[in-house]
Amino acid sequence: MAEVVLTKDNFEAEVLNSDIPVLVDFWATWCGPCKKLGPVIAQIAEEKEGTVKVGKLNVDDEMAVASKYNIMSIPTVILFKGGEPVNTSVGFKTKEELLSFFGI
Amino acid sequence: MLDLIIIGSGPAGLSAAIYGIRANLDLLVIEKDYEGTGQVALSSKVDNYLGLPGLDGYSMGEQFRQHAVDFGVKFLEATVTSIEQDPSDKHWIVKTSDGGQQEAKAVIYAAGAVHRKLEAKGEEELSGKGVSYCATCDGAFYRGKVTAVVGGGDTALDDALYLSGLCEKVYLIHRRDGFRAAEITVNKVKAKENIELVLNAQVDEIIGDERVNSVRLKDGRTLDINGIFIATGSVPVTEVLKDTDLLNSAGYIVADETGITKAPGFFVAGDVRTKALRQVVTAVSDGANAATSAEHYITEL
Repeated sequence: MAEVVLTKDNFEAEVLNSDIPVLVDFWATWCGPCKKLGPVIAQIAEEKEGTVKVGKLNVDDEMAVASKYNIMSIPTVILFKGGEPVNTSVGFKTKEELLSFFGI
Repeated sequence: MLDLIIIGSGPAGLSAAIYGIRANLDLLVIEKDYEGTGQVALSSKVDNYLGLPGLDGYSMGEQFRQHAVDFGVKFLEATVTSIEQDPSDKHWIVKTSDGGQQEAKAVIYAAGAVHRKLEAKGEEELSGKGVSYCATCDGAFYRGKVTAVVGGGDTALDDALYLSGLCEKVYLIHRRDGFRAAEITVNKVKAKENIELVLNAQVDEIIGDERVNSVRLKDGRTLDINGIFIATGSVPVTEVLKDTDLLNSAGYIVADETGITKAPGFFVAGDVRTKALRQVVTAVSDGANAATSAEHYITEL
């Protein structure tokens, strides 16, 4: 499954009220490490389809959501479970590192 | 058995792959990042590579990689866990984190480097909470704020210049009084009114609870800041080779521009090699040289 494009309007429904854990990638177009992380996130979305939902939040377009979660560095990836952020990874990581960091 | 295993898919590894495949070598590139292109992908803009001015680093990396893909280069996504040489016939055995192993007559090691940490108190705890390693990524979060950049090379000074356009004030903290950066960049920094040079200074501790609020220097001074950008250079990725005699004291693989190391059949290219200038253009050159050296080695086996 492709990643869900997150906005302030769908964040509650897609992330906070999701039945399964949601991995959210906070990114921007002008950020090199974010672009580098892009294909990694896409691969996780495909491999974890059905067990983990993967969303992308563009911090330029959705500054309010980004600041709500204290994003000060991108890429930041946050795992949400039951509507709560449970773990946060900052900076580029490989797929293996991300999967083992989040335990998914 | 393969002719050649190339470890790393940055500009050095990709260049080696193109030279290798044109020399009819049966080769495989092992990359730790999915469709990775190394450190160049992290660069916001590369303005010193001949023929491709103004390209962002990610796009440049993609072009390099596409070139290799178009030439039929095969890739394996895995992290190398050990590199051994068969004692009898001297071929190389490269084991990877997925449990597999690859065997080849020769290896080109082009695993590159990663950014160096400051190793200061508070750095790890406040990473992502005001401590950053990428000014172009995170600068926008510090609009109108006060920031510090640590380092004295091109990256540090470029970061300070970039941030000076966004931030109210930028401290440039450097442990010496001279800069390694290009003179044109140093002059630009000195001309900026909102960049304050803090020279002969080292960071003792980065301070803050939820967010960075100050930095204490080893001479006791404290600067009030909202964010701090670390640009103190890079360290070679040679952990897997630490028990060999191939490295110098800083962890780089010792070789001249031929890429020939102490170990017959084991070649090196790119930032991980001992050399004076670590840039995309020298990495690409290294790749070509190492592949040519590897081809000669294989032909003479």
